[in-house]
Amino acid sequence: MNNVLQISWLIPILPLIGFLINGLGRKQLSKSVSGFLGSVVVLVAFCLSAWVFLQVLSGNTGTVNYFDFIHVGKLSIPFGFKIDQLSALFLLIITGIGFLIHVYSISYMHGESSADFAKYFSFMNLFVFSMLILVMAENFAIMYIGWEGVGICSYFLIGYWFKNKDYTNAGKKAFIMNRIGDLGFLLAAFWFISKTGSVSFDKVFAPEAIKSLTNVDITAITLLLLVGATGKSAQIPLYTWLPDAMAGPTPVSALIHAATMVTAGVYMIARSNILYSMAPLSQTVVAIVGLATAVLAATIALKQNDIKKVLAYSTISQLGYMFLALGVGAYTGAIFHVMTHAFFKALLFLGAGSVIHAMSGEQDMRNMGGLKKHMPITHITFLLACFAIAGIPPFSGFFSKDEILAAAFAKSPVYWIIGVLTAVMTAFYMFRLYAMTFKGNFRGTHEQEHHLHESPSLITIPLIVLAILSVIGGFVGIPEVFAANGHHLNNFLEPVFRDSNKILAHHSLTHSTEYALMAVSVVGAVIGLVIAWKKFAAYQKTDSAESGLGKLLANKWYVDELYNSIIVKPMYALGNFLNNVVEKKGIDGLVNGTGRLVNYGSRQLRWLQSGQVGAYILLMVLGMLGLFIIQLFL
Amino acid sequence: MDIKAYITLAMVLFCTGIVGVLIRRNAIIIFMCIELMLNSVNLLLVAFSKMHALSPAVKASPTYAADAQIFVFFIMVVAAAEVSVGLAIIVMLYRHTKSIDINFLNRLKN
Amino acid sequence: MSIITILFYFLSFLAVGSAIMMLLSRNPIHSILWLIVIFFAISGHYILMNAQFLAIVNIIVYAGAIMVLFLFVVMLMNLNAETEPVKNHRLQLIGVISGGLLLLVLLSAVMKTQTMLPMEMKTGTEGLIENLGKTLFTYYVVPFELSSVLFLSAMVGAVVISKKD
Repeated sequence: MNNVLQISWLIPILPLIGFLINGLGRKQLSKSVSGFLGSVVVLVAFCLSAWVFLQVLSGNTGTVNYFDFIHVGKLSIPFGFKIDQLSALFLLIITGIGFLIHVYSISYMHGESSADFAKYFSFMNLFVFSMLILVMAENFAIMYIGWEGVGICSYFLIGYWFKNKDYTNAGKKAFIMNRIGDLGFLLAAFWFISKTGSVSFDKVFAPEAIKSLTNVDITAITLLLLVGATGKSAQIPLYTWLPDAMAGPTPVSALIHAATMVTAGVYMIARSNILYSMAPLSQTVVAIVGLATAVLAATIALKQNDIKKVLAYSTISQLGYMFLALGVGAYTGAIFHVMTHAFFKALLFLGAGSVIHAMSGEQDMRNMGGLKKHMPITHITFLLACFAIAGIPPFSGFFSKDEILAAAFAKSPVYWIIGVLTAVMTAFYMFRLYAMTFKGNFRGTHEQEHHLHESPSLITIPLIVLAILSVIGGFVGIPEVFAANGHHLNNFLEPVFRDSNKILAHHSLTHSTEYALMAVSVVGAVIGLVIAWKKFAAYQKTDSAESGLGKLLANKWYVDELYNSIIVKPMYALGNFLNNVVEKKGIDGLVNGTGRLVNYGSRQLRWLQSGQVGAYILLMVLGMLGLFIIQLFL
Repeated sequence: MDIKAYITLAMVLFCTGIVGVLIRRNAIIIFMCIELMLNSVNLLLVAFSKMHALSPAVKASPTYAADAQIFVFFIMVVAAAEVSVGLAIIVMLYRHTKSIDINFLNRLKN
Repeated sequence: MSIITILFYFLSFLAVGSAIMMLLSRNPIHSILWLIVIFFAISGHYILMNAQFLAIVNIIVYAGAIMVLFLFVVMLMNLNAETEPVKNHRLQLIGVISGGLLLLVLLSAVMKTQTMLPMEMKTGTEGLIENLGKTLFTYYVVPFELSSVLFLSAMVGAVVISKKD
């Protein structure tokens, strides 16, 4: 194991080097050099991660501390990495999908100037670096470094085309909402330090430390960590930044908002699984938050017309599923869904990017249609991804989603029913998207029609790779009902969740129940699929505006407007108040008042030498008075 | 008669004189109030002379009591001289500025 | 209440009342007349204390000569109530308050002293003219002569100042 731990620092360092070279040399490097450099560092990191994974597969896990990061009094926070099954899996996902997206970006971003192109790749590399730090961290503090790093890179990349004010606003919104969540994370870390004196995972999750925490402590810490996770993973109430973040380039959306950053929250909760298992109240909160988010986002996606916005809400909805899984104690199911979701959601986004590229920047689905004939590869891969996300067997999404739903049913049938409804809606809106884009007749302008073409190979090859993964990726987690001991992922991740599994109550379902559940969800998904296909394959563009429920959904349940009036406007009012009253009247008044006081005083003192005889006499009398008082009474 | 009554009377007249000086702007009236002050002091001195007339110290210097009255006499002398000179100045002031407002004396400033 | 006390109070109130009237009257001529009344009141006090010489001299010098001089000057300048300048009311108030405070301070200082010797009224030989004259010309003859020099200089000064050139 030593050699693994010794080279594990190379994994994040390589993207960091890529960031530095591309960032500092962006004016000098040509596009092909910066693109190549940016991608190759991630590829090498992927190879190293694969090697680490193989080592971990044979049971070698460990922690390594490189140097003392913070050392104050009794508090000692080292800079260290923890390589175990969970982090190794995430390493593979991040570097693998990251590499594919980097390759895709070389072709997608070719229209930029070479300085901007290099800037893009440097930020992407920095993002990969931060995310790797996040998943490999050995304690909450180092994880927080990565946490903040991905937040700031997200801000940079969303506002990449910074000349557009709306895009930069979206970047700001993302960062600020992230920050609100980060406050919860920090408070939880401080709580840890005050109660246990350390933030290292090994120490904090050890039985001795757990015993020293009271129930209140654990519930509070887990809820605070949840707040941090809702900010990063776009759950209620901090989710509104993600649809706006679609302002960034599509590969950015694919990497950050589908596969990696938004899963950071899930990762963090999975890491802290022992605490969550000990706090049933927090678990319920997590589950309800996840479920509510899933439903809300699915309803909004039903009526969106921008192709990327549909995918954004779909991401929020699928993240809700992952949180639901965490909330009912199905940690492996959540991680499984992270993995499969990364495959098919990245594929969906990249496919959408390919479509947008072909449509010369058009993103409104109402102006698309009939692209099947023009873009065959994109079409096929997109279709496969849609099947996967809808949960149709034997694609990967079916296995992971089904595991979550089964665990939800075991906890409470209500969870399951709502989950199934959301699954039906998922199938519906995804196939609505597919049908409006690829089937039917083309509804755009003539210039756009002339420009329609299949994308170059640098775009289509990543699509193909991801499609293959979406199809076969589910087979690492075959549930018990189909093949005994077929759930390789469960076996692999078992050491991480061992302590939790001891505490949690096990609801096991009979095989027949499980078959029934599966059948219901699959049938529901197929029904949604067929209805959407039929309805939207023959979609005609109309100019009618939405009305009633449709309007509510199309306007995202007016949540943004609600936030604006509740939070943003009062903050502005407070800022204005502080500016006008405190700053202008208070502080300025004080400073100006001192000047005026001096002025006034000197004007009075000038009276002493005015030449007015009457004044002199008065002063004489007053002086006499003073002298008498002093002489006679003091 | 108690000496304190005389002291009180003299004080009252004196302070009235001061108030008059502070209140009025006419130079002549101010002058007159100064005269009032001087007179109050005279009164006080005479009262003290009567008081000391009965004190044992009279045996030591025979003029013990009369000193005060001589002093009063000289105060009157000085007051007369001062009045003549002062009024001459006021007449000069009037000739130059055609007014006897003391506020115009601030031209003394330059 | 002996006659002396009654007389004392009468003369005192006359003096203080006239002083206040002198302050308050607008016409300068009226102020001068009130001042003359004050002088008579003070002379009355002197007579009460048997300082006969001073009483008479007070009347002759002050009321007779000095006030007449004042009257000449006032009539020369043709002052009457309309041309009288009035001081700013706020400053007047300040003046009155300061004066009042001074009075208060002095009176309180006086009240704190212990009892003093009694006075003899209407008797005593000091104020009689021959005693005063004797003292003046034996012990105080030098200041007496000097006062004549003082008068001379005052006269010269007055003439010089008011010369028209």
